[in-house]
Amino acid sequence: MSSKNNILVFAEVNNGKIACVSIELISKASRLASQLNVDVTAVAVGHNIKDKLVSLGNYGCKQVYYIEDKRLAHFTALPYGKIIAQVIKKYKPQIVLFGATTTGRSVAPRVASELKCGLTADCTDLQIGSHKIMDKVYDNILMQIRPAFGGNIIATIVSPESSPSMATVREGVMIICPPDKSRSAEIIPEVYKLEDSDFLTEVMEVVNEEKKVDLKSTNIIVSAGMGAANPESLSLVKELAHTLGGQLGCSRAIVDSGILHKDHQVGQTGTTVRPKLYIACGISGQIQHRAGMSESKRIIAINSDPHAPIFNIAHYGIVGDLNEIIPKMIKAYKGELKWQC
Amino acid sequence: MPFKIIVTVKQVPDTQQITGQAMKPDGTVNREALPAIVNPEDLNALEEAIKIKIKYGAHITVISMGPPKATETLKECYYRGADDVILISDSAFAGADTLATSFTLKCAVDKIGKYDLIFCGRQAIDGDTAQVGPQLAEKLKINQLTFVCQIMDITEGPKNHITVKRSTENGYEILKSALPVLLTITNSANKPRSASVKRLLAFKNMVFRKENAPFEETGLHPKYLPASEHFKIWGLESLGADKSLCGLNGSPTRVKKIKDVVLTTAGTKQIAGTEEGISNLIRELKAEHIIG
Repeated sequence: MSSKNNILVFAEVNNGKIACVSIELISKASRLASQLNVDVTAVAVGHNIKDKLVSLGNYGCKQVYYIEDKRLAHFTALPYGKIIAQVIKKYKPQIVLFGATTTGRSVAPRVASELKCGLTADCTDLQIGSHKIMDKVYDNILMQIRPAFGGNIIATIVSPESSPSMATVREGVMIICPPDKSRSAEIIPEVYKLEDSDFLTEVMEVVNEEKKVDLKSTNIIVSAGMGAANPESLSLVKELAHTLGGQLGCSRAIVDSGILHKDHQVGQTGTTVRPKLYIACGISGQIQHRAGMSESKRIIAINSDPHAPIFNIAHYGIVGDLNEIIPKMIKAYKGELKWQC
Repeated sequence: MPFKIIVTVKQVPDTQQITGQAMKPDGTVNREALPAIVNPEDLNALEEAIKIKIKYGAHITVISMGPPKATETLKECYYRGADDVILISDSAFAGADTLATSFTLKCAVDKIGKYDLIFCGRQAIDGDTAQVGPQLAEKLKINQLTFVCQIMDITEGPKNHITVKRSTENGYEILKSALPVLLTITNSANKPRSASVKRLLAFKNMVFRKENAPFEETGLHPKYLPASEHFKIWGLESLGADKSLCGLNGSPTRVKKIKDVVLTTAGTKQIAGTEEGISNLIRELKAEHIIG
């Protein structure tokens, strides 16, 4: 057993694949661990998962504790929660991180409740810092940074006397460090006595619907807002996305109006994106939307309202009717290609 | 056998209406400054309870932890079809994080006694944590079904169970659990009904009754007396809760800092919507290898 109070990451395995967010978290945890001079460890729960876990070492994880059982093949909160709590009690990490997925957000609160420790939801940044209460100073503790109040504020939360400090972290915000194949993790089996009373949920069916859009892995996103809600404008936005080889995104209002599927939604309650180019067409730029795309490398905003808040974060602003501007962009891009040949 | 259902609700500031200066210097929320509404997904949770009540018969108790002002939220739940509403309110409960909140709610559920189902909204729009539901389930040592977007089936009897559809990132799951169980309901589950005008008119002057308070203190007009037992306020003492586990005392997390979000770039380059302006923009983006 390690004598150091390490960082523990819950490595989520879905359909035999380690979740992207878990790799993101191990990468982030490695950076925090070097500041604290501790190691990164992980815990994984599932069935036939052992072989998948070695690769976590490439991202800086030193040890992976795992528990396998046929009944754990699919996530249910009770056994997963009990197992993770047991691993935490045994290894006493100072920080425990979960992806803010439907799995992480279901199991982390149960673990925090059982261990009576602090838990911060859906963090978008983590730092190491100090906190003072009265005359007592807590050094090297986890600063858990997250938006609240619909994205209008950013709160820094600490759990100074909680052991461990726990957080769920939003998918797609922590940068994955380049994998180093020379590093590998030690894979350590754990024992947990599972009982029938741990399995109160019967998984009848698991349906994986293939996502039609993948906003996270694309370089270019062309997004529609309510200014492009009519069929003609929307087809122009789609055409621009297609022409540029990008994906179609949209604002929450478009999803709420039933025009596009939620998979297209960019923003705080949708997908957080940071493409090379983001083109906002007829999007006013509510804070929830901006929070999900403000880190795009280049932002072009097209809006007929010169005072739309989207212009505050756009690198290029085009004030005008998108129905006239988008065809010009398509033409210019195609013309440019011809010119290049 | 009708189901005994508990629904947890929260009065929240309408976060769509926040202009900026909604926080007190200590980092807590100045709720008074904001329009207060029933947390939207809590209404989806209540709606599922009402649907079960209509189909199978149920007794619905709605509980809410909050300041006295949260009675508004409970009244609204009563107008929509709740049978009993209980405000969990005490200065000792103030400043609670999700752990302390779930502990206090657990004490209230224990006091209510027997139940088959607990419905919570998936998350509240002020904090968006989605933590209190699972934490309450853990404190009660019962099963949980989170992110429920549809209740597919519920059977009565000694071996009763509920079957639900749970949304995930990758699609959905069909899950079955025995009762009692706690469910968190998402906004795609239903469209909550409006308040019943009949109930609203009949009970709009209802006054909440503090436990053990003599009738005179409720200030209730005698004509509403029969219903008064359905509006209760429970404090620290009536719950018999350990004060050190409630409110700020029982909260391991602290708000260190609050920052208003101001998203701006160094400068926006205005591009003319002309063919020339747009051609130059496209050329610039290509030169920088942003597109192409």
